[in-house]
Amino acid sequence: MLQSHLLSVLVWLPIVGGILVMLTGDSQPAMARWLSLALALLAFAVSLPLWGGFDQGTAAFQFVERAAWIPSLHSDYYLGVDGISMPLIVLTTFTTVLVVIAGWGSVEKRVSQYFAAFLMLEGVMIGVFAALDGLLYYAFWEAMLIPMFIIIGVWGGKRRVYATMKFFLYTFFGSIFMLVALIYLYLKAGTYDLGAFYAQRLTFNEQVLIFLAFFAAFAVKVPMFPVHTWLPDAHVEAPTGGSVILAAIMLKMGGYGFLRFSLPIAPDASHYLAWTMIALSLVAVIYIGLVALVQSDMKKLIAYSSIAHMGFVTLGSFIAWDILARTGTLHGVTLGLSGAMVQMISHGLISGALFLCVGVLYDRMHTRDIAAYGGVVNTMPVFGAFMVLFAMANAGLPATSGFVGEFMIIIASFHANPWYALLAAVTMITGAAYTLWLVKRVVFGAVANDEVAKLTDVNPREFLVLGILAVAVIAVGVYPRPLTDVMEPTLQHLAELLSASKL
Amino acid sequence: MQNLLLLIVLAPLAAAALAGLFGRLIGRAGAHTVTILGVAVAFAGSATVLYRMLYEGAPAFNEVIYTWLVSDGIRFEVGFLVDHLTALMMVVVTFVSLMVHVYTIGYMHDDDGYQRFFSYISLFTFAMLMLVMSNNFLQLFFGWEAVGLVSYLLIGFWYTRPTAIFANMKAFLVNRVGDFGFVLGIAAIVYYTGSLRYADAFAAAPEIAAQGFIPWAGASWNAMTVVCILLFIGAMGKSAQVPLHVWLPDSMEGPTPISALIHAATMVTAGIFMVARMSPLFELSPTARSFVLVIGATTALFMGFLGIIQNDIKRVVAYSTLSQLGYMTVALGVSAYSVAIFHLMTHAFFKALLFLAAGSVIIGMHHEQDMRKMGGLRRYMPITYWTSLIGSLALIGFPGFAGFYSKDSIIEAVHAALEGGKVSGAGYAYVCVVVGVFVTAFYSFRMIFMTFHGEERMDHHTKEHLHESPWVVTVPLVLLAIPSVVIGGWTMGPVLFGGYFGEAIRVLPANDVVAKLGEEWHGPLAFIVEGFTSPTLYIALAGVATAWYLYLKAPALPARIRAGAEPIYRLLENKYYFDWFNENVLAAGSRWFGNRFWTIGDQFVIDGALVNGSARTVGLLGALVRHLQSGLLYHYAFAMIIGLSALLAYILYRA
Repeated sequence: MLQSHLLSVLVWLPIVGGILVMLTGDSQPAMARWLSLALALLAFAVSLPLWGGFDQGTAAFQFVERAAWIPSLHSDYYLGVDGISMPLIVLTTFTTVLVVIAGWGSVEKRVSQYFAAFLMLEGVMIGVFAALDGLLYYAFWEAMLIPMFIIIGVWGGKRRVYATMKFFLYTFFGSIFMLVALIYLYLKAGTYDLGAFYAQRLTFNEQVLIFLAFFAAFAVKVPMFPVHTWLPDAHVEAPTGGSVILAAIMLKMGGYGFLRFSLPIAPDASHYLAWTMIALSLVAVIYIGLVALVQSDMKKLIAYSSIAHMGFVTLGSFIAWDILARTGTLHGVTLGLSGAMVQMISHGLISGALFLCVGVLYDRMHTRDIAAYGGVVNTMPVFGAFMVLFAMANAGLPATSGFVGEFMIIIASFHANPWYALLAAVTMITGAAYTLWLVKRVVFGAVANDEVAKLTDVNPREFLVLGILAVAVIAVGVYPRPLTDVMEPTLQHLAELLSASKL
Repeated sequence: MQNLLLLIVLAPLAAAALAGLFGRLIGRAGAHTVTILGVAVAFAGSATVLYRMLYEGAPAFNEVIYTWLVSDGIRFEVGFLVDHLTALMMVVVTFVSLMVHVYTIGYMHDDDGYQRFFSYISLFTFAMLMLVMSNNFLQLFFGWEAVGLVSYLLIGFWYTRPTAIFANMKAFLVNRVGDFGFVLGIAAIVYYTGSLRYADAFAAAPEIAAQGFIPWAGASWNAMTVVCILLFIGAMGKSAQVPLHVWLPDSMEGPTPISALIHAATMVTAGIFMVARMSPLFELSPTARSFVLVIGATTALFMGFLGIIQNDIKRVVAYSTLSQLGYMTVALGVSAYSVAIFHLMTHAFFKALLFLAAGSVIIGMHHEQDMRKMGGLRRYMPITYWTSLIGSLALIGFPGFAGFYSKDSIIEAVHAALEGGKVSGAGYAYVCVVVGVFVTAFYSFRMIFMTFHGEERMDHHTKEHLHESPWVVTVPLVLLAIPSVVIGGWTMGPVLFGGYFGEAIRVLPANDVVAKLGEEWHGPLAFIVEGFTSPTLYIALAGVATAWYLYLKAPALPARIRAGAEPIYRLLENKYYFDWFNENVLAAGSRWFGNRFWTIGDQFVIDGALVNGSARTVGLLGALVRHLQSGLLYHYAFAMIIGLSALLAYILYRA
């Protein structure tokens, strides 16, 4: 029962659990916290068999569940995972546990609703990753906006209304076009089944329009230059937990969407527009890297750093045709796709950790201004060690997860065009520059002021969260093979799909 | 063998973890005990490996330890290649590291970060061993970055000092510029060979060299030249070659033991080691080797000049390190890889010695580093004095001392390359290395004279407390002084001419300048005798004599010379304006662009014009449309008439 409905349990357990948490009301915050933690842990535990029972030898969808949903629209309740979505689902359940622990003491207002929002968001996000029916996918996709909108709007900072509106309009604007594309595909294929979308032949013009419609939705989520400006605002205003989920999971929806929809459904358009995607990715790496350098707000800096790192994801996803053109083979395509996936997972861990680090400081000093800090390591040595570790991971140091994806994508992009590799590798300098400069100004130095002198080091709860992330970051950096082995057959298959013309 | 190698690598790592994570629990003595034990195990193991290879004929070890990941058929692995080149490096690294560990007990004994320091230097030993023992580019890069990380942590060890935390960031970023090239070089290797293993790259070397690399339409470069120059850019960062040398002098902000270990003896020589390791690749690109040669020669001479005007005792040694790294690079440039490694080894001993001796002086002087406040110390610190003298004699290449054999070999090798006439840049390099001999001798003995001889310029208080350093400091000095004398003569024959490196270093017969030197080799004693008749010695002695004259005989003269040569002095004082350029052009430029991109690109254009602009446009349209809905019937009627006429006109026109 559990085994055959694992994905349903993963989707609905947190959603129903979230409702239960909400029903406990605001008068019993302790109960809301413990119940949420139990539910988040349970969801994480349920997601482990997903990894354990995953067949690494096939590109086919696994743990498939299918039932009629809206028969009149030929839309099914159709769930399943492959090597692309499975690791992202585990990342989601893992991150939610950390967010619940991290929010334990730092949220005082409407505690039960706060945790309920995160649990429901978890279920909906898992639904996005698991849905194999276009309409179901779209329903989850839009549903995802609501909890995040509430999280930023209720527990956010001073300019939260502006930030939520910007966040909502941007993403909603994008997804409307996606809905049109999905409906068009339904009209052509007669079903919302993703497999039928893959097999559907499309003319070049159809593909370009579909690609652009998907692009509107996914590019905003990644976010890609020039539709990235909502992210720094949203991050700055979001509470710590919101920032973590936003950076760790929600941005991945964009990268996931490109791999799941754009590439296999519109391969010829992807081919035709690949140069744009690559150009925008490289702009993200360099332009955004320089913008990150001059930020004075810690969260903005990390937000811009996220955009630059996500540029690698889109770069790794769209170099296939250049590789084919230059070398005449697909050798290196899977390396790039795999690098994109690893980069997404790794970015989830590292940016999540960095936002949590900022949260630790913010809870104590109530400011994100870099200039307000200095010499934090004197009063918070353990925190300082964590911060340096995550900063190094963000700068892509080998033996941390941050290195793996970047290294794979730089190598793969050299196969496509050495200039891509050269421009992408600039991140080795800019990434180190903005991250280490941040560390220098915040962590190192003499105690800057009385506020810093009064800081107390991380408490056991914070230590636990940062420690778990540190272990994860190093584990992926030292031995990424378990992760890449899971994805390899699916990505090999994707490489074949996207190299086959649909005209 | 594999278990022994794993033990060698993991012992320092485990010790570092213990001292770092449980430092408070195991205390100071616990921290230095476990780390010294760890490094001692690594040293004993390395010595065993070398012994087995030399005397029991053990073959080279080349095995994969584990597969890091596999994608697209490309295997990313962690594995060891231990041949004679590696074994030599392992022994040098672990020996110097062990000496520095012991010395640190004395140097850092009243520092709050005692356990942290031991943890870092043990971690460094682990990282450096991973670097030299690698059999593939992934692990090489891992070790490469890991030593950089530890270097970053150690330069900024005293993290409350603004200069230290500036220096460590600078070191990391400048190294990153080098790594930028290095990673592209590795990517190019994978592109051409489909593998990260050295063995595959070496096997495919002729094919790579036969290919063209097309940077843009119409141009074609030799692929091997591109690969080698990219890799060498990495070496330029790590081994501090001009113009990526700027971080090394500043790295002296770190505690002295690490200046000896990391910024003199081991880490900075990683670039030299890497190029020697890649000899099968570099041999196939004369252009890349000439590039290497010119960069090395420039570093050797021009960084030496800067050593002349320093007053901080550590900075003198730092610039001398830069210059000596330049010498090693020159040797690489003329295909004398074995000579480069030979000099790397002798240099590791005598330069670690010089740094630790400088540290001993600094302890005696109560952390005063300015040589102008020293003088006459030889009476108070005899062991430090004699060991410094030995180190300096080795450094200037005085016949019989270790540096003599290696440095003279470099000069001879460049001379042979010049005579061979096939290496572009050899003439320039020859001038640089010969003039460099005078410069080296001058700044080395300027330091000896200013510190240990002449008038005692320190204040009364310091003078009263002056005494020789404790045994944990002096024993490592003596133990390093011994190889600084004997290691050169003892090993030169077998290492350079006895085929010690075997397959580890490959030189094309046409480029083999070392073989030419071998024709003249009649043993170390004959080499010494020859040394006394060679002009190089007299150039060095002239340098010593000049230093003696200017700093002991006529100490008023340097100030007058300085006044007479003001522009040159200013150029040297500003270190050829490299730092000025980096700070005011590169760093400031990046910030300028960052600011403009942010305020103009993101805020003004995207947010201002496009996002909020479209919101405004919608609002504006609404306002316009509202005017249309005036509620007056004749307006609507008029509009309808105009519309109808337009429609009619259109239909008529179409017909």
